[in-house]
Amino acid sequence: MNILLNGQEMTTQATSLSELLEEQGYGTAKVATAVNGTLAPASMRHEHKITDGDQIEIVAPMQGG
Amino acid sequence: MTIKFYDDEISSRLLIGTALYPSPAIMLEAIKASKAEIVTVSLRRESGTEQAGQNFWSFIKDSGAKVLPNTAGCKSVKEAVTTAHMAREIFETPWVKLEVIGEDDSLQPDVFGLVEAARILSEDGFQVFPYTTEDLVVAEKLISAGCEILMPWGAPIGSGRGLNNIYGLRSLRAHFPNIPLIVDAGIGLPSHAAAAMELGYDAVLLNTAVAKAGDPVLMAKAFALAIESGLQCYQADPIEKRDMAAPSTPVAGLPFWNQDHA
Repeated sequence: MNILLNGQEMTTQATSLSELLEEQGYGTAKVATAVNGTLAPASMRHEHKITDGDQIEIVAPMQGG
Repeated sequence: MTIKFYDDEISSRLLIGTALYPSPAIMLEAIKASKAEIVTVSLRRESGTEQAGQNFWSFIKDSGAKVLPNTAGCKSVKEAVTTAHMAREIFETPWVKLEVIGEDDSLQPDVFGLVEAARILSEDGFQVFPYTTEDLVVAEKLISAGCEILMPWGAPIGSGRGLNNIYGLRSLRAHFPNIPLIVDAGIGLPSHAAAAMELGYDAVLLNTAVAKAGDPVLMAKAFALAIESGLQCYQADPIEKRDMAAPSTPVAGLPFWNQDHA
């Protein structure tokens, strides 16, 4: 399945958002996720199915002004 | 004297950013020296292999400060709203420093998008700190949208120009005497921050002026002093300006005085 992860095209074997996080090595990192421009809550990542062409953002706390 | 930001009583009138410091250790020292209780933070794409954000987050937790997540860099209502949703989940706070940027050179807020995003987020339970201009009509619309705080710019972000429109900022203060007003952005010197407080502003939010100073920790102390000074000045009710001199030393009893002095 081809997706856009943080702006980069990639192929994944993951079928859910939680599987994608595991596959990409996020482990227990404090991150938030959005799929196709909408928040995908952490509590729903197991149920959140990934489909071909999804645009997925994975973000973490960062310096800000 | 404390100030209330939504449901929270805050003592420090300085809110400080966490970007651009020479190192995380200096950032922490500067935050401590500034006596700020609130720090601004952001969200950025995280790599599964590098996980740079995790280290940053541990530093911020060590600071003990309350976090005010921003939507910096967002150029549309949808981007800003989704970023706010992600920030609420990750930082576990209803606070959001709402930025919808309308122009790249000045980083001027898109006030139309700002009002729309503020309404959406306020209705969704967010406590919005809107980064806006000093425009009175926009301010009124932001308040109608649910904002209980306004954050007009002093000057473009990172410019260090100080207060570009003192008249406009003074007008805003006069029109909204009961709304907490925070000058956000453009501050370069402690005297700029003091001037904002002398206008009756409730707080100042800055980042670059401290982080990019030659000695950020010392500059953080300087800002803390200036803001406290400006606040006490406003509370002390300063004198009005006048065009002509008025002697401070009593004239009555002046030696050598005669009719020619009159």
